[in-house]
Amino acid sequence: MSVASPVRPAIPAVILARTEPRPEPRPAHRRSWGAWWVYVGLLIGLVFLVGPFLWMLASSVKTSAELHHVPPTWIPQTFTLENYTTIFTKLNFPQYFINSVIVSAFVVGSNLLFCSMIGYALAKLRFPGKNAIFLVVLATLMVPQTVYLVPLFVLMSNLGLVNSYAGMILPFAAQALGVFLMRQYILSLPDELLEAARMDGAGEFTIFRRVVLPLLGAPLATLGILMFLGSWNNFLWPLIIATSDHMYTLPVAVATFSIGQNAVDYGLLMAGSVVLIAPVLTVFLLLQRFVQQGIATTGLKG
Amino acid sequence: MSAQQGLVASGSRARPAARRGRLREALTGWAFSAPFLIIFLTFLALPILASFILSFTGFSLGNLVDPFSARFVGLDNYVRLFHDAKFLQAAFNTGYFVIVGVVLNVALGLTAAVALNHGISRFRAVFRVGYYLPVVSSIVAIAVIWRFLFNTDFGLVNGAFHAFGIQGPDWLGNPTLAMPVIIVLAVWRNFGNAMIIFLAGLQGIPNDLYEAARIDGANRWQEFRSITLPMLRPTVLFLTVITTIGFLQLFEEPFVMTQGGPLNKTLSVSMYVYQQGFNFFHQGYASAMAYTLFVVIAAITLIQFRVLRSQT
Repeated sequence: MSVASPVRPAIPAVILARTEPRPEPRPAHRRSWGAWWVYVGLLIGLVFLVGPFLWMLASSVKTSAELHHVPPTWIPQTFTLENYTTIFTKLNFPQYFINSVIVSAFVVGSNLLFCSMIGYALAKLRFPGKNAIFLVVLATLMVPQTVYLVPLFVLMSNLGLVNSYAGMILPFAAQALGVFLMRQYILSLPDELLEAARMDGAGEFTIFRRVVLPLLGAPLATLGILMFLGSWNNFLWPLIIATSDHMYTLPVAVATFSIGQNAVDYGLLMAGSVVLIAPVLTVFLLLQRFVQQGIATTGLKG
Repeated sequence: MSAQQGLVASGSRARPAARRGRLREALTGWAFSAPFLIIFLTFLALPILASFILSFTGFSLGNLVDPFSARFVGLDNYVRLFHDAKFLQAAFNTGYFVIVGVVLNVALGLTAAVALNHGISRFRAVFRVGYYLPVVSSIVAIAVIWRFLFNTDFGLVNGAFHAFGIQGPDWLGNPTLAMPVIIVLAVWRNFGNAMIIFLAGLQGIPNDLYEAARIDGANRWQEFRSITLPMLRPTVLFLTVITTIGFLQLFEEPFVMTQGGPLNKTLSVSMYVYQQGFNFFHQGYASAMAYTLFVVIAAITLIQFRVLRSQT
């Protein structure tokens, strides 16, 4: 399961939801009366939801003087990139960014590999202990992260992995959510396909690599995005395991600055937040379309 | 399930060749499962079990090098919990946050989904994506932004008050107002997710029901009360459960916005576990607290399933 955010959506459902609500044929008079005030209401909601992001963006290019102006301004009077220059040259943000990229890349990669392998085994192979494995994995989904943080830290310190990439990656390298996603999808692949390959004398690893994996594009894309979002935004565990500045990931760095000596330097904090949020929003906005196409062409149900 | 079919097929009449084939299949199954399982069991399942044992010990900083030297203290940690005023305060705060937050989150998610599905016919994708942006964004960044928005002197919120000539309050420094701000933030961030799940639920309602109701002359409110809401009951149940589980783990918002203050009024159970475990190094005590939270989550989940299911 992903990270310790107050709500960790088990599955960001926007990705799995079918592309568009089916337009319902409705009598014309029905559509006409309710519509305008519903649009207005939804639009007000949208302003409140997107507003803080725009505020962040505008504030990140304001001068310190303008940030402390009363009343606050929306449009920057003097445009400056000084906040960005500062976090990238005087503060250690390039390092934090690289750390976040490394950790996320390994979390995504290992989950794609390990979850598709065990998903294939659970969906298509018969072996003793299969149900037990599935139940154990299922049972851990409800366990809050708080429960295992303390012993996990004890374990990591005994393995000498505190303040290391491995220490940040390993607890998230094999996540239950991925098993469900992959198993569910692989169950829907026809057995005949695998039988045909077996008849041709292909070994199980060849079948997995040549027959199964090429069919897993859509669920792998979905899983990859979910794991990236979870890992990039992950905060509590990196906060605990990264004990020195040069190992901080972006969320740890931004949070640490926000409660440390830069607590009131909102220009730097907003620039840091932009750097933290921008990659995720980019991935989400770009791949949202890609994944929906994937879902549409493969017929994967939401 | 296919495993049961497997058991049936592995009857006594299997021939040696088939048995060899089954053995190979079993070995392959384990080989494919092994990489995941090794990591999963070591870094997740083992700590979950260890936490349970830890909660009955006086484990502290000195035991870090040799975990087995920790002293067994029985139920002391659990007894101590109920005499720890700070824990009781954190439990109360978390309960307050969860009850108000979950209700608002589910209600707002449902409202937005119905508005999107039944109220409008264009620009649905824009609203769907727009409402979902906060869900995918880092909570840390959002909490920092919101702290700025609610800043007493330079924040946008008090700027709006200023426009009307009113001096806005010190939102996050006020013991009464700080938690409501955090609740609003959590709902703002999460209701887009509820909306998307409700949208999926709405698509499962057969259109004939609405058509029949229309023939009977039902108005929109009646349609909502007697078709939409009853049909969405499983979705409401699911969302209430997962939102409760998520909200009970409140951590980042108070950590970034208030550090649990003022007067511990926004201290959450997860934050207190973190403080005890990683600031004061009372790992045994922290584990007892974390397990209590887990038991509460499991119990609430069960109760919610019972209650909401019995109503259907």
